[in-house]
Amino acid sequence: MGIDFIYPEYEVRRDPIRCINCNACVKQCSHGVHQTDEKSGGLMADDSKCVNCQRCVSFCPTRAIKIVKSDCAPLGNMNWRQRTVHEIYKQAGTGGVLLSSMGSPKDMPVYWDRLLLNASQVTNPPIDPLREPMETRVFLGQRPERVQRKPDGSLDTSLPPMVELSMPVMFSAMSYGSISYNAHEALARASEELGILYNTGEGGLHEDLYRYGANTIVQVASGRFGVHERYLNAGAAIEIKMGQGAKPGIGGHLPGTKIVGDVSRTRMIPEGSDAISPAPHHDIYSIEDLRQLVLSIKEVTEYKKPVIVKVAAVHNIAAIASGIARSGADIIAIDGFRGGTGAAPTRIRDNVGIPIELALAAVDQRLRDEGIRGRVTLVAGGSIRSAADVVKAVALGADACYIATAAMLSMGCHLCHTCQTGRCAWGIATQDPELVKRLDPDMAAKRLVNLMTAWRHEIKELMGGMGINSVEALKGNRLMLRGIGLTQKELDILGVKHAGE
Amino acid sequence: MEIEGQVRIPSGCAIAAAISREGCGMPGSIVSEAMRPMHERSNGLGGGFAGYGIYPEYRDFYALHMFFDCRDTRKTCEAFLKESFELVQSELIPTRKIPSITGEPIIWRYFVSPLPSVLKSLQLDEKEFVARTVMRINAGMDGAFVFSSGKNMGAFKAVGYPEDVGEFYCLEEYSGYAWTAHGRYPTNTPGWWGGAHPFTLLDWSVVHNGEISSYDANRRYMEMFGYKCTLQTDTEVITYMMDYLLRVQGLTLEEAASVIAAPFWSTIDCKTDTADREKHVFLRKMFPSLLVTGPFSIVLGFTGGLMALNDRLKLRSMVVGEKDDRVFIASEEAAIRVMEPDAENIWAPAGGQPVIIRVKEGAY
Repeated sequence: MGIDFIYPEYEVRRDPIRCINCNACVKQCSHGVHQTDEKSGGLMADDSKCVNCQRCVSFCPTRAIKIVKSDCAPLGNMNWRQRTVHEIYKQAGTGGVLLSSMGSPKDMPVYWDRLLLNASQVTNPPIDPLREPMETRVFLGQRPERVQRKPDGSLDTSLPPMVELSMPVMFSAMSYGSISYNAHEALARASEELGILYNTGEGGLHEDLYRYGANTIVQVASGRFGVHERYLNAGAAIEIKMGQGAKPGIGGHLPGTKIVGDVSRTRMIPEGSDAISPAPHHDIYSIEDLRQLVLSIKEVTEYKKPVIVKVAAVHNIAAIASGIARSGADIIAIDGFRGGTGAAPTRIRDNVGIPIELALAAVDQRLRDEGIRGRVTLVAGGSIRSAADVVKAVALGADACYIATAAMLSMGCHLCHTCQTGRCAWGIATQDPELVKRLDPDMAAKRLVNLMTAWRHEIKELMGGMGINSVEALKGNRLMLRGIGLTQKELDILGVKHAGE
Repeated sequence: MEIEGQVRIPSGCAIAAAISREGCGMPGSIVSEAMRPMHERSNGLGGGFAGYGIYPEYRDFYALHMFFDCRDTRKTCEAFLKESFELVQSELIPTRKIPSITGEPIIWRYFVSPLPSVLKSLQLDEKEFVARTVMRINAGMDGAFVFSSGKNMGAFKAVGYPEDVGEFYCLEEYSGYAWTAHGRYPTNTPGWWGGAHPFTLLDWSVVHNGEISSYDANRRYMEMFGYKCTLQTDTEVITYMMDYLLRVQGLTLEEAASVIAAPFWSTIDCKTDTADREKHVFLRKMFPSLLVTGPFSIVLGFTGGLMALNDRLKLRSMVVGEKDDRVFIASEEAAIRVMEPDAENIWAPAGGQPVIIRVKEGAY
């Protein structure tokens, strides 16, 4: 109360006529918003605890509840916005760094929405994916520069290790610990069914999920949690995480309260201890060090698995990617600044890094200018929201995309931006056994499969309209894109023409 | 208005080709006459031909066919060529003044051989050096354009209907063992003659009917290897892809055809011949960016043969017929009937099925 008081951001509105006092809201709320009033027996709500996760709304049998944004707030203005003012109050009261989760909500340009796709008219025919084959299969990995022949003249068909995807989309890194076991299992099972890959994140791989290894990318991050020889050999590919789009330049912090039971064992750290990933890998202070780690990992996996190096999209990304391409890495994953996170300092999430569209376009062009684009594959992530975003990313130059927030949404996430509390009412970003149980892995896997199946249909429709019947012919095909409402500089960086040109 | 090269101009087309397996000479008029019944497939904005075996007296020299906008450009270009080539012949390409072909540039040809000392100092083989020189002139020398650069072969092209272009270049006076022809139907006005087809590099020539949807994916990949797509046409990039796959990567014609018109994965996955399946998987994994999608029918000319190829969905017409030692390829059977009224075994190759005809060894 008093100087630090901030009026609750959301108000719980309960329609007393519709409410049947069933207490479903009390049971469903993991934040303690709804309570039964002992005197009256009626239902009460503590708005101050509400995060607008929509759990109670979704489970109220009579649609008696709705959550609305509060209209009580300091006046503010276009410069001193309400959120800014509230943040100042919070910091003045605590002296702390502000924490956030999920991708940045700031109103920054979304270039996907400023790019338009082409379609065939008259001079060549669109292709109907329901009647003709339409190929979405892609391979990720390194390609040699020259074809070799055997002494008998036949082609030497051996190639460096590659991973095959049935469509150019993968589930991006989310660690066991930051998300629940059930969420991880759902991602693994969906990947197997879809013929794509999911990514362990840096929390190691739970024993029971080793059987999905052929569809797993195992991640090695700066904390090296859960990394051992068997882990490295368990997956289809290994990812070295150098950075993350939501928090470039810093590491990670999984609070000790989440390091319980299997999470502790899988991460190979004591229960209750904070899992702190340093900002840098302390064995990588430069590009030549990265090369050594890439090669060390290749040694331990006998050169049978491609190595991905994931970096956050930062200002100098083109040169960085060029260095990575020459480091022996097979795949470069770039994570744009709108990418999600389980927890990140707000200031970093909202102010550091650059959009994936510009980073991807710059990297693809730079690698081509240097003649090494064919050598590596490029994966783009950081707020890929739909099949259209995937198609646009591929046309800009990506071999495949990483998605995470979209995958979480399909499992039930309602984007309340409070993963860092560990109280996820949907059973995704929590380790509370009672909450984890809420996420049925069968249902979640099914919904992930549905989402990707729908996207695959849409990708085929969009490609078919352009007269393209294989995703290979879409990759880097920037003539299929036009910008709308962009400056010449933006168009130049994206390497596309303006609509009408 | 932007001229071709600054802007991409899609076009529909007609193609025709003839080859003698015995290596017997045929006049160029055989294919230019064949274009007459396909008149409606062109719109008078581009026609051209490529002939093989037409310069036996200069067979060891690269025949550079060039367009120049003015005399000064030619002089500058000639001085540039003399720095690294021996020029054994330099002359106007003979043409016939006809009312339907106007506005011609200076049309010249040189027979040249790279100086061994230059090759040695650059550590390049002869073909690579010639290819780079062509790229350098076409991308960097305003008003000069090399439209043919092979040995014992040459391209002839202009803005006009193909049958008129054949007459303009006096093609009946050339004798070749293989000819290809092209009539163009661009959707826009081409700025100048360089945009007509065939497109060539070294001994490769391509005539193409179609509009490929993979163009920019293919172009941006090829530009990594020093190829410069100055005209932004499908035919140009396909020619460079063929040069890259066949000369630089050393693939066979069949293998190159399997890269650009790759069998569908569903077909490859069903192959029971393991070696064949592995080969196709390898080629698709190795060269994904050289897959060509969208409609095309092409005839690739090379020293000693022709290869016809359709896109994998067969979105453009193309038929093949033969008579004795001669094989004919055209967009329409009518064109084959003009070349040989008694042509036999007329058939339509399937999408992605290469038809390769070679002149017998020693006859070219």
